[in-house]
Amino acid sequence: MSLDIESRSSTLSDDGMPVEELVVNVGPSHPSTHGVGRVVVHLDGDVVVKADPVIGYLHRGIEKMSENRTYLQIVPLTDRLDYVGSMYANWAYCRAVERLARMRVPERAEYLRVIVCELQRIASHMMGIGASAADTGAFTAFVYAFDLRERVVELFEALCGARLTYNYVRPGGLSSDAPDGWEESVVDFVHALPRKLDELDSLFFGNAIARGRMKGIGVLSAQDAIAWGATGPTARASGVNWDLRKHDPYSVYPRMDFDVVVGERGDAYDRNRCRLLECYESARIVEQAVAQMHGGPVHAEGVPRLIQPAPGDAYDQIESARGTLGVYLVSDGSPRPYRMHVRSAAFANLALLPMLAKGHTLSDLVVVLGSLDPVFGEIDR
Amino acid sequence: MALVDRIGEGLERLGGGVILTSVDALVDWSRGQSLWAFPMGTACCAMELIAASFSKFDFDRLGTFPRPDPRHTDVMILAGTITEKMKPAVRRLYDQMPEPKWVVAMGNCTVSGGIFYYDTYSVVRGADQFLPVDVYISGCPPRPEALQDGVLQLRELVRMRSLAPGKRYERELALPRPEDASYSNEDPNPPSAGLEGGDAS
Repeated sequence: MSLDIESRSSTLSDDGMPVEELVVNVGPSHPSTHGVGRVVVHLDGDVVVKADPVIGYLHRGIEKMSENRTYLQIVPLTDRLDYVGSMYANWAYCRAVERLARMRVPERAEYLRVIVCELQRIASHMMGIGASAADTGAFTAFVYAFDLRERVVELFEALCGARLTYNYVRPGGLSSDAPDGWEESVVDFVHALPRKLDELDSLFFGNAIARGRMKGIGVLSAQDAIAWGATGPTARASGVNWDLRKHDPYSVYPRMDFDVVVGERGDAYDRNRCRLLECYESARIVEQAVAQMHGGPVHAEGVPRLIQPAPGDAYDQIESARGTLGVYLVSDGSPRPYRMHVRSAAFANLALLPMLAKGHTLSDLVVVLGSLDPVFGEIDR
Repeated sequence: MALVDRIGEGLERLGGGVILTSVDALVDWSRGQSLWAFPMGTACCAMELIAASFSKFDFDRLGTFPRPDPRHTDVMILAGTITEKMKPAVRRLYDQMPEPKWVVAMGNCTVSGGIFYYDTYSVVRGADQFLPVDVYISGCPPRPEALQDGVLQLRELVRMRSLAPGKRYERELALPRPEDASYSNEDPNPPSAGLEGGDAS
């Protein structure tokens, strides 16, 4: 008796035999969950019926810890929130403190903050694109992307001595000024960047296998993106023209000339493509910021060691590599915040996964998850 | 390992002590040269763990190759904070690794809890509470070079603790396992509440 798969499947469907649902646990340790994410997937054959993300495997209680730390002691904790882009959490937190304690930041500090955050955006997007490339079978692109990230990390190491947890942006300014010659090396990097990005573009987006695995996968409509609170490249790839740097400008961004990259289809391909094209824009911003920057102090005068803001609350937000990153602080007049809350973009974006993965195969779930670029430090906090 | 044991036993019966020592040394040396790593990357340190495998640092030249499957690996590199929720999963993955196996604790979180030692309720204060750790690497996060140095230290350790019959290193498996009654999530040395010493600014 031959085992004819064609006839077997047709008998099954003709009989209307109920197909048993298979529950598969992806994670919490899985190379494609980008950390310690876990997705409980209900499968009908190879097709995802339901995908439930389970979070909390990296819940370190940073928000609760902050209530027992002084305002300055919290800055190193914010480094460990989004560990792919530590500078953003530093900056978002410091902006909230500055708003709460009514501090003014020197102009040079604002320019340096813009430069480090745009460099961080390049590094973070390289990680996001690289991980997606590894998931879709373009591993060479991952190696190239990670090499570019390494160049940014080297610049940060020269700036503040740390490779990953920078603790650079402080309430009222920065921890230190840039060393001699740092600006020149930044300009050199930024000038060489477009050519390297072109190379990465052809390696990843020119790869027929990677293209085929991403196009039309996990399509997010603009309405859904707005309704679910998606931000960053995830929302912009769906055609939502929303970038805080442009539409709720902060710091010295109004003086910069750059474009917001907006996609059309909202699939995994567009989300990753948006990330790549944003890196070109970041390079433009860094170039302008270095040209406009001039000397001066990098830390505000008269900021006390022990910051004691008047009772009240403050919220501030910045555009991180993953979208809107907001920090809400409540002060009761003591040297420690009464409450700190982080509005994480990665958390809102991960909530889209059940909707986007439904109806796709298990192998496409990995592509959808990669294209949302989750960082579990920020999701679980 | 079974074959190596049998060769060793056979040689011992023949009275080939000198040859046996040489075979042991060869086996121990070769075991240390190719320590495949299971990258248990849970948090920030995972980024430096990835960086260690890629260009500029290139872990492969030390014979260490990351495999995301515990059944293919010799050494588990714990990179990042281990929370109480993650602890059973880490233990289970360790149990799935074939003997002989080693554990490298990378970063302050896995050494002692690090920055998350005080004031938090969800972090395991050191991986050695539930895993037999062989090499500790401090840093938050350690540099990729520090991780590679840790693996080189482990290589020496593998050579020192010969696995040959007679001088077999008995691993301390007296640590409680999840199914034992004595296994609990309680911290044996709970830190006192509040910020002691860290209060002054």
